[in-house]
This record gives sequence, C-alpha cells and structure tokens, in this order.
Amino acid sequence: MMIKMTINGDVVEVDVKPNETLLDVLRNKLYITGPKEGCGNGECGACTVIYNGKPINSCLVLAPEADGAEILTVEGLTKNGKLHPIQEAFIEENAFQCGFCTPGFIMSTKALLDRKKNPTREDIVEALAGNLCRCTGYQTIIRAVEKAAEKLGVKE
Amino acid sequence: MRNKYVGKSYPRVDAYEKVTGTATYVTDMFFPGMLYAAVLRSPYPHAKIKKLDVSKARELEGVRAVVTAEDSPYRQGIYLVDRPIFATDRVRYVGEPVAAVAADSWEIAQKALELIEVEYEPLPAVFDPREAMKGEVLIHPDLANYERMPIYNIEPEKNVFHHHKTRKGDIEKGFEEADYIIEGEYYLPQIYHAPLEPHGAIAYYGFDGNLTVWSSAQSPFTLRNLIAHAFKIPRHKVRVIAPYVGGGFGGKAGINMEGIVVALALKVPGKHIKLIYTREEDIMATVVRQGMYAKVKAGVKKDGTIVAWQEEMIFDGGAYAEYGTNVVRAAGYTTPGPYYVPNLKVDSYGVYTNHFVGGAFRGFGHGELHWAVERHMDKIAQELGMDPLELRMKNLLKPGLTNAMGQKIHEHTGDVEACLKKAAELIEYGKKPEQPKDPKKRRGKGIAALVKAPAMPTNAASSVVIKFHEDATVTLQVSIQEIGQGFNTAITQMAADALHIPAEKIKVVFPIDTDANPYEWQTVASRALWTVGNALYRAAEDALNQIKNIASQVLGVAPYNLEVEDDRVYIKYDPETYIPLTDIVMGYTYPDGHAIGGPVIGRGSFVPERLTNLDPETGQGNVAAEWTFGAEAAEVEVDMETGEVKVLKLVGVFDAGRVVNPMVATGQIIGGMVQGMGPALFEQIKYDEKGNPITISFTDYKLPTIADIPEEMIADFVETYEATSAFGVRGIAEHPMISVPPAIAAAIYDAIGVNLNEMPFTPEKILRALKEKENK
Ligand code: FES
Ligand code: FES
Repeated sequence: MMIKMTINGDVVEVDVKPNETLLDVLRNKLYITGPKEGCGNGECGACTVIYNGKPINSCLVLAPEADGAEILTVEGLTKNGKLHPIQEAFIEENAFQCGFCTPGFIMSTKALLDRKKNPTREDIVEALAGNLCRCTGYQTIIRAVEKAAEKLGVKE
Repeated sequence: MRNKYVGKSYPRVDAYEKVTGTATYVTDMFFPGMLYAAVLRSPYPHAKIKKLDVSKARELEGVRAVVTAEDSPYRQGIYLVDRPIFATDRVRYVGEPVAAVAADSWEIAQKALELIEVEYEPLPAVFDPREAMKGEVLIHPDLANYERMPIYNIEPEKNVFHHHKTRKGDIEKGFEEADYIIEGEYYLPQIYHAPLEPHGAIAYYGFDGNLTVWSSAQSPFTLRNLIAHAFKIPRHKVRVIAPYVGGGFGGKAGINMEGIVVALALKVPGKHIKLIYTREEDIMATVVRQGMYAKVKAGVKKDGTIVAWQEEMIFDGGAYAEYGTNVVRAAGYTTPGPYYVPNLKVDSYGVYTNHFVGGAFRGFGHGELHWAVERHMDKIAQELGMDPLELRMKNLLKPGLTNAMGQKIHEHTGDVEACLKKAAELIEYGKKPEQPKDPKKRRGKGIAALVKAPAMPTNAASSVVIKFHEDATVTLQVSIQEIGQGFNTAITQMAADALHIPAEKIKVVFPIDTDANPYEWQTVASRALWTVGNALYRAAEDALNQIKNIASQVLGVAPYNLEVEDDRVYIKYDPETYIPLTDIVMGYTYPDGHAIGGPVIGRGSFVPERLTNLDPETGQGNVAAEWTFGAEAAEVEVDMETGEVKVLKLVGVFDAGRVVNPMVATGQIIGGMVQGMGPALFEQIKYDEKGNPITISFTDYKLPTIADIPEEMIADFVETYEATSAFGVRGIAEHPMISVPPAIAAAIYDAIGVNLNEMPFTPEKILRALKEKENK
C-alpha cells in the first residue's frame, strides 16, 4: 500500500508491505540510514526517530501505521550544512566511539530537550535508558546532553 | 620528531560523520540488484546430520543460490583450522550454519530456509569443559588431522585444543618454603561482546574471478588471508573493504561469518550478496568470551611473600576453537599477572564443549586470569589478616624481577606500583566509606591490579604509506580499523608530529581496502599505536629524507642541514632560506623546466623485535613485546535485603606510556570499566539443561544501561615512556575491562564480608552467600 509521511520536512510517498517496519522502509527503501538496526526488537534504541513529536523505536512501528506521520531522523538535524547544537555537544564531550548508537542517542536527546530545557541527571537517565551503548560507558553522553541543554538555552 | 599534537585532546576525525548519521557501516551499503542471504542453523547442540535436502529451496522463485557443506566443504580458523563454514557431517552447537540461501529479497530467502529438509540424529552433548576433558564424548574426533600453528598443543582424546604449560622455579620447593598453603576455586561464564552493530558482510564475485568482500571487520588483511586460504583463491584476487565498524571488542577479529556470503557469491557471479546478522544470530553464531574454571594453590610466607603459585585454568572453548586457542595460551603465560612468584606451575586448557564458539574478547584471557588471580590475592590477604593492598604491594612485579615467561622487567616496562598508589588515592582507600542510615545497606571498597601484553604471533607486522600531494597535504595509508577506539585520530596526531606538518593537512585513508592499503596484521591486542607508530616513524623518516634529498640538490647543502617545518624545508643554520614544500613534494622543477625528484611517498614497515616462541614444556621465552600495567578500584553499596549491588564509583589507572590523546584515552577507560561491570553484575550467556541457549536477545542478555553506571568514574594515567615505541606509547584499550570484576568483588567483601567467587554477582548469589555466612 502507498503511505505518505513527512520525513525531515519532505513529503514522501512510498509503497509499503503490511508487515514491514518503519525502520525497514526508512533504511532499505528510502536509504535514510541514520537510524540503525541494533536489535529489530525495541531493545536497543539505535533506531530512535522522533515520530509526531515523540521519540520511538522505529523498528516497532509497522509502516502502514506511519501513514500521515511526521518524522524527524538524525539526517534532519543539520541545517544548511551546519551541525545542530546537540551534535556539537556530542563531539565536544566525546560522547561516541564506534558511532553506531549515536544517531539514536542524539534523537532521544533531542526529544528530551524539546520537552525539558534544563534536565536533571535523573531526567537524562530516564530519557536515555532505552538506548544502549557498548562503547562509551555513558558518562560522556550524560555530559553531552547537559552541554547541549546549555547551548540551546544560551541560544534562545 | 616534533611534540605538538601528541598529548593533546585533538578532536576526533570521525566525529562529523558519526554525529550526523552519515558514517557508513556495512549494513548501510546497497548495490543495484543486490541479493539477500539467510542462514539455516542447527537446533541441536550436538547431532549427526543424517539427511540434508535443499532441492525444494533451490526451486523457489527468486532464489539464486543455496549452499551447504557439499558445495563449500571448507574449514576456517586463524590458529587452528577447525571451524567449517557449513556443518559437514555433524553440528556442534545450537546456531551452527547448516545451509545458506541468496535470494532477491530477505523474505524469499527466509521462505526458502523453510523448504530445506534436514534430519538430525542427536548425539550426546557435553557442556562442562571439566566433563569434556574425560573424553567420553569427542566433539572433534578428527582434531589430530586439523591444520594448526605448531605452537598449539592439542590433546585430542580429551577434547583439548590447547594445553599451555608454565614451569618456572621449583614448585615443590616453593610449597615447602611456604608457611601457608592457600587454595581457592573461581569461575566465570561465557559472555557476549554485544557490539551495537551486529556482524555483517557483502560479497561480490566478478566474472573475472576477483572476489570483493565488504565486512564489519577488525582485521581486513587477516580476513583476506583466511578467506583466500579457506577457499583456495590467490591473495591478489581477494579484496576486503572494511568501512566503519560499529563495535568489535574482539568479536570481529579474524574471520567470522564472511565465509557464508563468500560461498554464496561464488555461486552467482556478478551479484552482490548481503548478509546482516539479526541480534539473535549475532549472539548465537559469531563468537563469545570463553567461560573458565580456575583452581589455585598458593604457597605464602608469614609476611605475605608468595613463594609458590600453582594454577589450573579450564576454558569452556565452545564448539570450535580457532582464535580461542591463543586466548588460552595468553591466560596461561600471563598468570599470575602483575605479581612476582619465583616458583610457578600453571596449566591452561582450552576445551571443546557444545556451547557457543569461544573467541577473542576485549582482554583476551586476561579478564579471566585476573579474575582468579585477584580473587585469590584477596583470599590470601584475608587468611593472613593482611590488608589486600599491602599484600599486593609486597608481591608486585617490579624492575629487575622476571615474569612468568622469564622476561626481565625494566624501569621502562611500566610502573604497577604507581598505578596502584594512584588508584588507591582516587578511591580514598583506607578511608572507611560513609555508611547509609539504612542498616540493611552497606558500602565497601576494593582494589585490583592487572597487566597485559599484546597476545599476537611473534611476527605480527604493520606497514604505513605516506603520500604527499601537490599542495603538500598528506594522505596516510594504514590498515588498522577504526572500531571506535579513536585510532584514526591518534595516528593523525602522531603523523603530524613525525612529519612536522599541521595535523589539519593529514587525512587517514578510509575505508580500508586491502587492494590499495599496505599490510596490517590485525586491529586487536591493544597494539595499534605501538606497532603502527613504529612503522609510521619509519615512513615519516623515509618521506622527510626524500624531501631533504631533493632540497639538498636545489639549495646546495647537505640533507642533514635541512629541516622540514609546517609548509617549508629550510636550512637549519639559515632559516630564512627555504623552499616551500609545495615546490618539492611532487619533485622540484627548475625555472628552465627541467625537473628532479618526483612525488614523495614514504614507506615504513615494522615487525616486533626479538620475540621468540615459548618453550612448549616450560612456557619460558619472549613472546610479549610490551606490557601495560594498571590498577582499578570500586566502591559499592550492597542491599542485604534484596542482594542488589550498586556500584557507586569506579577508578581506572593505567601506565599508558605517553598518552597520545587524553580525551580519547579517557573514553577507552570509562567505556572499558563499564564493559567490565556488566559481567561482574549480570551479564552471562545461559543455556537450559539440554544446552539450548536462553539469553539470545537484549531482554534476556542484559547489558549495562545508562541507569546502571556509577555516579562517579575516574580515569587516570601513569606515563612511563615505552622504550620500544618510537613515540613512547603502549596500549590501553582492552585493559580497563580486566580488573573491574575482582575490584567489585573485593568491595562487596569489604561491605558485607562475603566472597563471591563466581561471576556474575547476582542478588541470589549475594543472598545465598550472606545466608552461608550467617550459618557459620
Ligand atoms: S533496532 Fe529498534 S530498538 Fe533496537
Ligand atoms: S559508541 Fe559504540 S555503541 Fe555507542
């Protein structure tokens, strides 16, 4: 069936199968490969995108359900070739190593900071508890989120 | 060499791609007309294949190839060639590949798997390596005939794929001299690497007979070598391209699942075939860390001096050994870790079982050996009524002493004492932790040391090519894989200092392509900056000499009177007189048009110096090139009602030699400590009593999440210049994982007075231990 979605500001129409996931469609049909598949099972957060304003595991959404949805992926964060402050913060705080989990963490962070300007450590832990990282030990990720909040706060 | 970039937290060169989601991993690659592969796997831990019929699968529309051992009767393995690409007459673990399909879509490939008919006859299986050593069930009846490196010592009638022996001093005399004999047993189960990116590969076989493999691989050249060897294809016709790797931790070293896609590709020339493992496949059918049972008997003097150490380590190697042979060996030759013991007898056995395949894992046997050694040090301290740190300090492997293989420790080998002191300071050792008001919750502190050298063949080589371009910028060709450790960044800094040019003018060629890049053994063993650094130093000297030789002709001064600096080559005694590098690096052209020189290309190779194999009977020799010492400490809070352990603080201190990039190095330590905390507290591959795996998802195989990490984690360094490195560096990437579990176990003892000798420290085990203590 054909579905229509707004992805990173662009209206996209795509033919999907009933059992396909949103992640499959993004990656394998639209070649939007920022969202990663780490488990396909809702257990790792690597596939996190912002879906109608909320962070979700795109591997758990069936593509037909996404008809009409507004979706933001990591590809939608850069504007005019410039990094988003969250991305800058991840670089400055060294909040990645292999990078495979990074798009998911950045999107979960974006969703958190959209909702809470000054998150506490508890807020950050809660918002990122569904994202797995095997490399960093998370410490720098927490710092990056704090720094991103500062950066965004200063800008506004 | 200049000293401008090394030692600074230079920003990571892979940062932009990684935070924008544009870094390419194998799974992100698509080719026109690409086929998708799927694998049929064994449901039995040990069974005979009585019948295998793929004819119906072959007939399904959209299926382009089906392969089994009949089409691809090859075995693979780095040190011991024991692992078939597809099970031949029998399967040896749940998840073992039996057949594979390539089809127009993943769905069709899955459907085709259902059409494959297999009949199995279950065989008796064995899951405990101690049982397996009795030899009642032989998992590899043909072991004696397998191809292997001669340094590995098989005992086929006991399922032993390697038996390492250390014999040093006189163990009996040692025990006679001892005032106390202290014995202990320690265990750890298999654990899973869990790279966030599952294993994946794409293969393409051209009509011209050239094979290309894109793989999430730590070791592009070794992978090429092993593919070529298994499939009997000349090396120059095999090309491996390795884009970013989404986490390796040893699991993507050597060869893994690539043979499956290669076997399919050979059947359908002209088509790309992609196979990305699901998480379940990744857990079952790649490699895991081996489990281990250890028995230690130590002879100790009243004052705490250890005079004898006898140990037996029995590794649960799983169904195939290949890489794991060397894990067993490394654990054997390093025991008893960072301590000096004059009389030693160590036996380390790698044993086949019908569990998942054991292989390389961050730490490479050292997490295992230090688990036993450091736990036993605590036990000795307890029995002597001595402070555990004091006992350690008393027995340290210090300059002038020899380690287990008889190598002499020098001042430049590193300073374990300084590491322990610093770690003790950072955890405020000796200062009692503040106890919570709730009397059910108790806090404690623990400390442990460690040492590790790269475990590698004596001739594990590296090479580097430096190419200058028209504008005097440089591309650096090295074939260490960027798996997250920050290699590309660190080597850029080192190259900038070696070449005396700005780091911004250097780009590391990526991805690695074995057709274009110079040879590198593997991205393993925490050896990269050390070994490639030495090759790089030579390549840079080579390039600088070429530049100076050209300039010497133009300026009429001896090459040794010239110096390169940033954008120019100048006369040392007259710095105002110089030639811009841009006029030199493609060769120099005189005003009349005649030219000399030519493009500057620096080349450097390195192979470890003066290494020798170990004596098979005594384990004495010179197989380790450089050693990294470290110390780790933990503070925990134990809830005596629920048995839950909360790690409050972790400290890791390592003698890294010169730290190339403090930010990146700190990241390695923090990440490694958390990876060490997982198996201490909860990580474990579990099977039911029939040998069926039950932890094959992230729900059942729990990893540390952001909610589990200690509030405080500190990384620090001691910097004893490494004399065997042109840059003074040594490895630290694996080390942070190693001694976190014993440090946590020691902290638990400090908190509640019970000893946990089996990992992981689950609430049930804590409660059971508390109960036992009460009953005593
Ligand atoms: S891939 Fe979606 S949560 Fe893991
Ligand atoms: S950076 Fe590798 S998993 Fe997070």
